[in-house]
Order: sequence, then structure tokens, then C-alpha cells
Amino acid sequence: MSRLVTDTMVVAERNLVRITRAPDLLLAFTVQPVMFVLLFVYVFGGAIIIPQTYDGYAEFLLPGIIVQNIAFGGFVTALGLNEDLHKGLIDRFRSLPMARPAVLAGRTLADVATNTLSVLVLLVTGLIIGFSFDASPLEILAGFGLLLLFGYAFSWVFALLGLIVSSPEAANSLGFIAVFPLTFISSAFVPVESMPAALQWFAEINPFTILVDAMRALWVDQPAGNTVWGAVAWSLAILAVFAPLAVSRYRRAAGH
Amino acid sequence: MTNVGAQGAVGSELAIRVRGLRKSFGDVRALDGVDLDVAPGTVLGLLGPNGAGKTTVVRVMATLLKPDAGDVCVAGLDAVREATALRKQIGLAGQYAAIDENLTGLENLVMVGRLYGMARARATQRGRELLERFELTDAAGRPAKTYSGGMRRRLDLGAALVAKPPVLFLDEPTTGLDPRSRLDVWKTIEELVAEGTTVLLTTQYLDEADRLADTIAVIDQGRVIANGTPDELKDRVGGERLEVRLSTPGEAPVAARALARMSDEAPLVEGDAVTAGVRKRNGVIVEAVRRLDEAGVEVDDITLRRPTLDDVFLALTGRVAEVTEDDENEEAAA
Repeated sequence: MSRLVTDTMVVAERNLVRITRAPDLLLAFTVQPVMFVLLFVYVFGGAIIIPQTYDGYAEFLLPGIIVQNIAFGGFVTALGLNEDLHKGLIDRFRSLPMARPAVLAGRTLADVATNTLSVLVLLVTGLIIGFSFDASPLEILAGFGLLLLFGYAFSWVFALLGLIVSSPEAANSLGFIAVFPLTFISSAFVPVESMPAALQWFAEINPFTILVDAMRALWVDQPAGNTVWGAVAWSLAILAVFAPLAVSRYRRAAGH
Repeated sequence: MTNVGAQGAVGSELAIRVRGLRKSFGDVRALDGVDLDVAPGTVLGLLGPNGAGKTTVVRVMATLLKPDAGDVCVAGLDAVREATALRKQIGLAGQYAAIDENLTGLENLVMVGRLYGMARARATQRGRELLERFELTDAAGRPAKTYSGGMRRRLDLGAALVAKPPVLFLDEPTTGLDPRSRLDVWKTIEELVAEGTTVLLTTQYLDEADRLADTIAVIDQGRVIANGTPDELKDRVGGERLEVRLSTPGEAPVAARALARMSDEAPLVEGDAVTAGVRKRNGVIVEAVRRLDEAGVEVDDITLRRPTLDDVFLALTGRVAEVTEDDENEEAAA
């Protein structure tokens, strides 16, 4: 077990050092999400009718767009693992006497660090353009924890994707196809009630809606029902399904 | 050469012992009963055309792939049942430099060292030793993406050596390298072997195998079709090679016909060159010149040489095609 922890930390460190060497990667965590926030608030925001309980579109949007962003945070894992696979690094790791899950655990752990960074960048942007918390410090922290837990679980989905697909390009488009509808057909950007019936049905059972509603409950004091626990349960379920699948795939992974 | 003699005698002392190794991918039989022996401190060169199964053999021995059947014993450990223990005893350097381009040379080696279970300080010390050995000290602090192809391959080789493994797998270690870098890699491999490391080397370059390998196994269609020392294999092809270079390439077929009676097999035509295997050495050149002169062929150069591994390879893989046909007939009959 201690071996797993040490090896995971070594791999996580490697992935974080890489980011400082390829600063253009940082743009994906910082500039791109900020662009989206500005786009939604100032271009689409005026045309979207939100419930009276919100104090402007920025307050409605920010929890939603942070959730979308955290879902996409795992993309680095998919792309990075696929690249490692093709460059023979996975072969090298698998020939070393290291703990088997450590390559994936280290990778997903590094995502937690980059996710933290992008949540902070988005929050600061939000605060500048009119978002404000309506929450106790404990609720704010709980919201952070929930975001990072969900992001961590989702990184394992991307880990599996990165090990299955044939190229980073394929990881990119397949990931996009899977995640984009999930985040948009949810309560993240518009009230679910404004959608056609079929989409509404999907949006209501969509884990993203549950997570976004949970974030709104924690950060801007909106009625949540059971969504906070629902979001925790979803995160743990995603983790419980995809982490073993990804590790099992890694054990059999063949480069080239 | 004494190692080669000892090889068959005491099986348990072999660094690598493979018996009846089989592996299929779907319907494709990649390995069809491979046997290999490598004595400690020697180099086995695994030769074969693309897709012959060389890389599959290496991947099984390096615990990356589970065999369907057969025994694979490396450094006294079973590659399937004792895979975890075996990983401490092996180093692997592949066809592609398996390094992280965004890390520096030193960071790459330290990472590998720590994944072998070394403390950071120990891994750093070992990393510096290896950078020194591979003449990468000046580049130690630069991201590996700034390295040349040869430097990357040396760093990759260094990563395989971090834990001083007694058995080293090198899968086409010089493919794509310039001649200078190839020589550097060769020198390093020779030094490692002199220190007692056992090396299994796959290569497409026969001169590489000729220079480095103590024994050679030629593998084709998932089977070992010949093995022995380079000299033994050359002797098996037999005789001398007569090589004639013509002034006019168009006359090659005429020259081949003129030389045909001196050889047991049909002379080989390649552009302006004609090669024929001949039995005896004395008087061959005189006879060849006379025959070519009678045929009216103008000769630019004529030489007599020992067979190279290229000749061995050609002769062996040529024979394999017939063996396969026999196999298919047998299968059809069964």
C-alpha cells in the first residue's frame, strides 16, 4: 500500500512538472474557461430567462460553468495517457516493479491540482463580473470538495478513454461527443423547464444537473432537495465503475 | 564461445530460457513454439523480418504480455508467476525512446529510479552517474524534447539501466539512428556485456547482430528457424560469394546466365550487380572472367567474399516459404 502511495506521488509529480514545461497547456485550464464565462454572460446571458430567485445570470451560470469545466478537466488525462501509450512510456512503466494502479492514480491526482487551479480562476472571474456567494464558509468549502470529487471521478472516465482510443485526436473528439451533450442538456446554462419534454426528462436524471443543482444549493442558497448527497453518490458510483475498468485496461495495455 | 558450449549443458544456469512459447492475437499466430537459451553475460541477437514475432518475444519476457503457452524463465524467475519479482531484474529499451519529453534528462532518470523503489537522493545520484556515462551531463537540466535522436536513445538506454538489471532487453535499439550514434550505442552494449549483463537484442541490421551477438536466433512466422553463432550460420549457407559489378546494368541477365553453371543456385541480380554462391575458391575469378568475356559482358569489378548474415538471412527466409507450404498441406490433410 505504501508503495502505491509513493509511486502515485512520483507519477503525479511528473505530470505537474510537465505542465510547467508546456505552459501552452495552462491556457486550457485558464484562458479558455474564462472565455466561455464571458461569452455566456455577455452574449447569451441577456436572452436567457432565469428563475426570479437568482440575482442575475452570472449567479445562475457560474456554478454550472464550473461544473462543465471540471468535467472537461480530465481531458488532459485522456490525451496524456494516449500519448504515453504511443510513445512507449506505458510499456516502460509496466516493465517497472511499481504498483500497478499508480500510473493512472498519479495522473488523475495531478488533475485534481489543475482542476483546483481552473476552479479558482473561474471563481475570480465570476466575482469580478457580479457573482457573489450566499453561503457559509463551510458550504463554500463543501462546494469545493464536491467539485474536486466529481472532477476526480470523471478523470477516471477519461483515463479509460485515453487507454482505449487509437490516437489523441480520437480521444479528443470522442470525449467531446460524450461530454458536450451531458453538460449542455443539463441545468448548467439554462433552466431545465425551458427545454422540450424529452430533453427535460434527460436533463433531470443527468448527473450534471444533480451536481449543478447541488453547487447552487451550497454556494448561492438555492433549494436543493437531496441533490448534494445525490451528487456525492454519483461521483462515488462513477469512480467505483471506471477506476477498476481503467486499471484493468492498463494491465493489458499494449503500445503501438 | 565457452558460454555457448555451456549453454545446453546446465539449463538452470541460463539467464534466459524459453520453451514452447506460443502467443496468438485473435486468429494470428504470432509465436508458434519458440525455444531460446541465453547464457549469462552473452548477447542473443534475435533476427527476423518485420512481423516475424521478435517484439512479441521481448514483450512476453519483459512481463508486458502473457503467453498462451510455454515456459519463460528470465534471471531464474518465471515471467508469468513471478512477474513482479522479475521486473526488478530486467531493463527494457524499446524501438521508441520511451522518455517524457517535457522532463529533463535527470528528471526522467530520477522518476524511473524512484519507481524502482529508490529514495529520491539515491535515484538522483544514480541518475547523475548514468548521465555521465552516456555523455549527457551537459544536457542534464534541459527538457528531453531538445535532445537529438541519438541523445534520446542514450537517455532511454540509461533509463533501462537505472536499477543495474542483470538482464537487458533491447528492441531495435539503433533503428533510425545516424551511424555515429549507432556506434555509440554499440560501444555501450559491449561495455555492459563485459560487466556481465545478459542482453537480448532484436535488430533488423545484420551487421549489428554480427558485431554484438554471441549467438543468433533467426525467427520467422513465429518460429525459430535457425540458431547458432554468426560463424556457424554463415558456414551453414556454405561456400563463397562471387560478386560481379557490370559496366552496363542491362547486361545483368546475360551475365547471370553465363555464371549459372558455376553455381548450384540461380545467381541473384540486383541492378548492375550479380551474386552467385560458389563451392570452391581457387580459380573462380579466372573462370568467371573468362565466361563473362565469352558472353561479351563488360565487367567493372569482381570480388570473392565470405557469406554475410545477409546471405544467411536470404537463404533461410527463402527456405521458410517452402516449409510453410508443407505445413499448410499437413493441416489440410489432418
